Amino acid sequence: MSNHFNIDIVNPEQSFLSKDNVFEVVIPAVEGEIGILKDHIPIISFLKPGIIRVFSESEEQSFYVEDGIVEFKDNTLSVLTSSIFDLKDADKNFVSESISSAEAELSKDNIDDQKRFLLNHKVEVLKSISIN
Amino acid sequence: MPSLDDLRKRITSVKSTQKITKAMKMVAAAKLRKAQDNAEKGRPYSEKMNNVILNLSKSITDKENAPKLLVGTGEEKVHLCIVLTADRGLCGGFNTNIIKKAKSYFEKIISENKTLKIITVGSKGYDQLKRQYKSYIVENISFKESKNINYFDADKVGKIIIEKFEKNEFDVCAIFYNKFKNVITQIPQEQQIVPLNEDKDDKDDTSNDNDYEFEPDEDEILSNLLPKNISTQIFKAMLENSASEQGSRMTAMDNATRNAGELVDRLTIEYNRSRQAAITKELIEIISGAESL
Repeated sequence: MSNHFNIDIVNPEQSFLSKDNVFEVVIPAVEGEIGILKDHIPIISFLKPGIIRVFSESEEQSFYVEDGIVEFKDNTLSVLTSSIFDLKDADKNFVSESISSAEAELSKDNIDDQKRFLLNHKVEVLKSISIN
Repeated sequence: MPSLDDLRKRITSVKSTQKITKAMKMVAAAKLRKAQDNAEKGRPYSEKMNNVILNLSKSITDKENAPKLLVGTGEEKVHLCIVLTADRGLCGGFNTNIIKKAKSYFEKIISENKTLKIITVGSKGYDQLKRQYKSYIVENISFKESKNINYFDADKVGKIIIEKFEKNEFDVCAIFYNKFKNVITQIPQEQQIVPLNEDKDDKDDTSNDNDYEFEPDEDEILSNLLPKNISTQIFKAMLENSASEQGSRMTAMDNATRNAGELVDRLTIEYNRSRQAAITKELIEIISGAESL
């Protein structure tokens, strides 16, 4: 038996990625990273800003996502997200812009703890991208 | 009886109108392909979103405390209607059909003594509604500047709706748009988005036995997901609308081109006849003049 399963990443404009030969996907779920292998129990969760890593036999792909929902069912992992890009073609300007806009948001006083946490996290992840 | 000169001028003018409508048809056809493509690409997202919400709402046991966006406020006094139209005219019955659908809904609301609030998206809808329903229109949004339909715009509308909902400004929210069936047929749609209508979802009851693991719990996921769903529904409506608009324009312009052609033919016949009549008249004059000599 192969230990492969399907992944579908869709954003509102189009289907972003669709593969049927991945054996592990690591997603930045809101309560911590989750590694998903074949025959995982059905799960629904949502994402915090972070990096999705998709492992298949031949390659490893990484994507930055800002938010989104994941559903795993019948060996198909669906990721719905409104903002995603491949780390390989990350746009330096875009990343630094996102960092500064997130930092500007952070400096406001009227944000709640959860939002602050998410924004801090976002800045962290984006910075780690811009260093690489 | 118009003079020959008048007829000639009219023929040229109709011909140049025909050129314009023909060009518009071509442009609409090209844009339609793209819009249709986009609408098809956007479908998986909204379908998956629907599925997830469906699965979630099934597993919610505590209906009382479920998020209000899903189950409603328990009242239905204030109706918010989002009317999505195009920013441009000359597309046949496209805008009018949406407006007609919306108006019949408005009348129903008003006759039931409920409060009506309208948000128009797209300037044509605002133009047509402001005469009759000016006092009900609370907001008027137009995305004339953005060339392509994008999710960012839809999200803006979605945020406005959420904001109004959180301030308890409405109980029920419906959107009006044209669903793209094919180039000739577009069906005006009325879709309720708050509270979420469940009746259309009964097709897939088999997944009931699927017990999901939720992380964090259902309520939190739902409250995160539902606002997104609203934006997604708006986005879907915008995509369908743009495909319908181009399709409708293409058909309308095709008809206009054909009508102009017919008109040119008729005018040409008339022109030839009166030219011939003038020649005959001159001939008769010459002949009778020669005879009298």
